[in-house]
Amino acid sequence: MKVTFPHMGYLYVPLRAFFSQLGIEVVVPPPISQDTINLGTRYSPEFACLPLKINIGNFLQAAELGADTVVMAGGIGPCRFGYYAQVQKEILADLGIHLDMIVLEPPQGHWRQLFRGLKSLAANAGPVTVYRAGALAWAKLKVLDKLAKNQFVIRAREKVRGSTTQTWRIILDLVDQADSVQAVYIAAEQGQKLFDRIVLEPHRDVLKVGLVGEIYTLLEPAVNLEIERLLGEMGVEVVQSVYLSNWVMTNLVLHTFHLRNDGEHYQLAAPYLGSFVGGHGLETISTTIFYARSGLDGVIHLAPLTCMPEIVAKSILPQVSVDEDIPVLTFMLDEHSAEAGIQTRLEAFYELLKTRKQRGHKNNIKQIKNESTILGRKSIIESLSWH
Amino acid sequence: MVTLVRIGIPRALLYYHYFPLWETFWRNLGVEIEVSPPTNKQILDLGVEAAVPEACLPVKVYYGHILTLAQKVDYLFVPRLISSQKGTYICPKFMGLPDMLKHCGYNIPAIIAPTLNARHGKKAWERSHLQAAEELGFNRRLTQFAWQQAQRELASYHKELQAGRTPVDILYQRQPPKPTSRHTLLLLGHPYNIFDEFVSMNLINRLYHRGYQVVTPEMLPPKLVEKEAARLPKHLFWSLGRLLVGTANYYLQEKSIAGIVHVVSFGCGPDSLVGELLERRAKKLAHVPFLLLTLDEHTGEGGLITRLEAFLDMIEWRHVS
Ligand code: SF4
Ligand code: SF4
Repeated sequence: MKVTFPHMGYLYVPLRAFFSQLGIEVVVPPPISQDTINLGTRYSPEFACLPLKINIGNFLQAAELGADTVVMAGGIGPCRFGYYAQVQKEILADLGIHLDMIVLEPPQGHWRQLFRGLKSLAANAGPVTVYRAGALAWAKLKVLDKLAKNQFVIRAREKVRGSTTQTWRIILDLVDQADSVQAVYIAAEQGQKLFDRIVLEPHRDVLKVGLVGEIYTLLEPAVNLEIERLLGEMGVEVVQSVYLSNWVMTNLVLHTFHLRNDGEHYQLAAPYLGSFVGGHGLETISTTIFYARSGLDGVIHLAPLTCMPEIVAKSILPQVSVDEDIPVLTFMLDEHSAEAGIQTRLEAFYELLKTRKQRGHKNNIKQIKNESTILGRKSIIESLSWH
Repeated sequence: MVTLVRIGIPRALLYYHYFPLWETFWRNLGVEIEVSPPTNKQILDLGVEAAVPEACLPVKVYYGHILTLAQKVDYLFVPRLISSQKGTYICPKFMGLPDMLKHCGYNIPAIIAPTLNARHGKKAWERSHLQAAEELGFNRRLTQFAWQQAQRELASYHKELQAGRTPVDILYQRQPPKPTSRHTLLLLGHPYNIFDEFVSMNLINRLYHRGYQVVTPEMLPPKLVEKEAARLPKHLFWSLGRLLVGTANYYLQEKSIAGIVHVVSFGCGPDSLVGELLERRAKKLAHVPFLLLTLDEHTGEGGLITRLEAFLDMIEWRHVS
C-alpha cells in the first residue's frame, strides 16, 4: 500500500510521520503548483469548491508517483466537504485511475467509527504503534503551529525582506525529518534559534491584521497566494484564526468525547448569526468581533468563490464591520485568482489601515454610515477599502 | 384582540413547498398576508443589487422579493429552514437567510423567523410558529387551532402534489394542457428554479407547448424517493439533493421517460456535487438524454431556448429512427 492524501498547508509533515510510523509507505503529493490547479480544474465539476478541485490535482500527481490509496477526512454536512470523497472517487474512476479511498468519517460521538477507519489502514499495527505514531504526528503539529505563530511576529519586523520565509522553510524540513518525539522538540528548539538570529527592526510600527474564513484557503499558501507572506513583508503582523492542532483537537478529539464547546463563538456571533451554517461561517463572524475588540487594525476574510458558509458570512460582515468599527476585506478565491490582483488590493487596504491608525481612527466609519441611508453598507465597505 | 397586522411572504425559495402551511396559519389568526408578486425583472434587479455578488440566483431573487415587500408590510416572514428530515440539511444559505436579510443594509421591517430543524423534532417547528404568533399577541388556544388547520392544509397540498400536479398548478389553480406527445420528460431541479416562470424562462410551459407530459420531483411519494436516494454509497445530507437523486434514480430504472432536463443555479453548492453524480450516472446507466441548464442573472433567453429546442429535437429523432 502506498498512501497519499490531499495537501493543506504543512499538514503533510504530521501525516507523513504518522503513516511512516505505522509502517505504511507514503507518497506526499508534489507541492501545489499551477499544474496541480490546472489538472484539478480540468477534471472537476465547474462549480465545485476550489479545495475539491485541487485535491483532484494532488491525487492525480500522487498517482503518477505510484500512490495507490488516498486517505482523507469525511463529514456530515451541511457543507460540501462531507461529500468530496464520493464525487472524487467517481471522477477518478471515470478517468481510469485506480486509487483506493479510505475516508475517515468524523466520529459522531462514536470514537469507534474513527478507529475503524484507522484500523483498515494499519491492520497489523498494535495499539502501541498506533499510539506512538499519533504522538509523533501530534508533536510535529504542535511545534509547527507554535513556530508558525512566531513567524508572523518576526516577518513583520524583519530587516532583510524574505529572511523569515527562508528560515521557515528550513524549519519545516527540520521538523519533517525528526523521527521521534524528542527529535521533534530538538528540531523545534533549533528552529527557534534560527528565528532568533533574524535581524529585526524592533521599533517598526507594525499593523495587526487578523485572518478569518474557510480553513483551506486560510492554511494553504498556494491557494491564498501566500497572503501571510505578502502581508508580513508589508510590515503587517498576521493573526491567524485557525491552527491545525486546534482544529484537530476540537473536531476529532473533543467532538468524539462530547466535550466540544462552541459556546463562546455562538455567543459572540449571536447578534448577527443565529445558527451554525456549516464550515467556518459562524467562526468568521465571531472571530471578526473578537479581533475588533482585541484592538486589531483590520480583518481579512478568505474563502473559495462559491463557498456557502462564507457567502453567508460575507453577507453579514459589513454590518459587523460598521458596528465594531473594524475594516474588513474579503477575498473570494478561485483557480483564476492572481497574486497581482491581490497585491494591489492589499496595498490599498494597508494604506487605509495606516491612515486610520495615524488619525487615532475610530469615528470615520460611523460618519459614513450616517450619510448613506439606504444603500448602506456595500458602499461603506467599498469606500473603506479604497479611499 | 390585537391590532391588524400585515405579514409579507416572499414568493421565492421554499414558498413552493410550504406556502399552504404558512398562509393557512396566519390567515386563521386573522393576519393579513401580502405575497410578493411573481418574480419580474425589477425584483431580480433589486435582489442582484442587494445581495453579495457571490450568492446564487435564487438567494438574489429572494432578496428582491423581500425588498419588494418591505414597504408594504409590518413584518417579513423569513423562516430559518435548517433541516426538514433527520440527518439532512437544506443548504447553508437557508440556515443563515434571516440573518443575511436582517443585516443587508436596507431598511426592512422586523423579521419573523420560525425554525425548521428536524434534529429538534417535529414539535419544534410547531413550537417556533406558535411562539412567533404569541409574540405578536395571539393567545395559545387560537394559535394551536390555526396550526392544526395549517397542518391539514399542507397535508392535502402534498397529497395533491403526489397525485401528479405541480405546485404552480395547485397554487395558481391551473390545468396543464393535454399532452399530445407520447413522451414524458423529467424536469429536475429545485422547486424555486423550475416553478418560478421568470427565473426558469418559462421552461415548464415550453415543454408543455411541445406536447410533452412533464414530471417533477414533488410528484413521487417521499418513501419512494427515500428508498432510491438510499442507494447512494454514502448518506447524502442535503434534503433537496436527496429529492433530486431519488427521483432521478427512480425514473432511470422505470425507463418511462424520454429525457431529463436538469436545471441548476450557477454556483449552487449542493448541486455542484449532486448534479455531477447524477449526470455521470445518467450517462452510464440508462442512456437517457440529459440536458443540464445553468441559470444565473446573465443567462440569455435566446441561448437557453436554442439548447432546449436542440435537445427536444434530438429526443424526437431518437424515437423516429
Ligand atoms: S466550507 Fe466552503 S470550500 Fe469548504 S466544503 Fe464547504 S463550501 Fe466548500
Ligand atoms: S441549494 Fe443551491 S440554489 Fe439553493 S440556496 Fe443553496 S446554493 Fe443556492
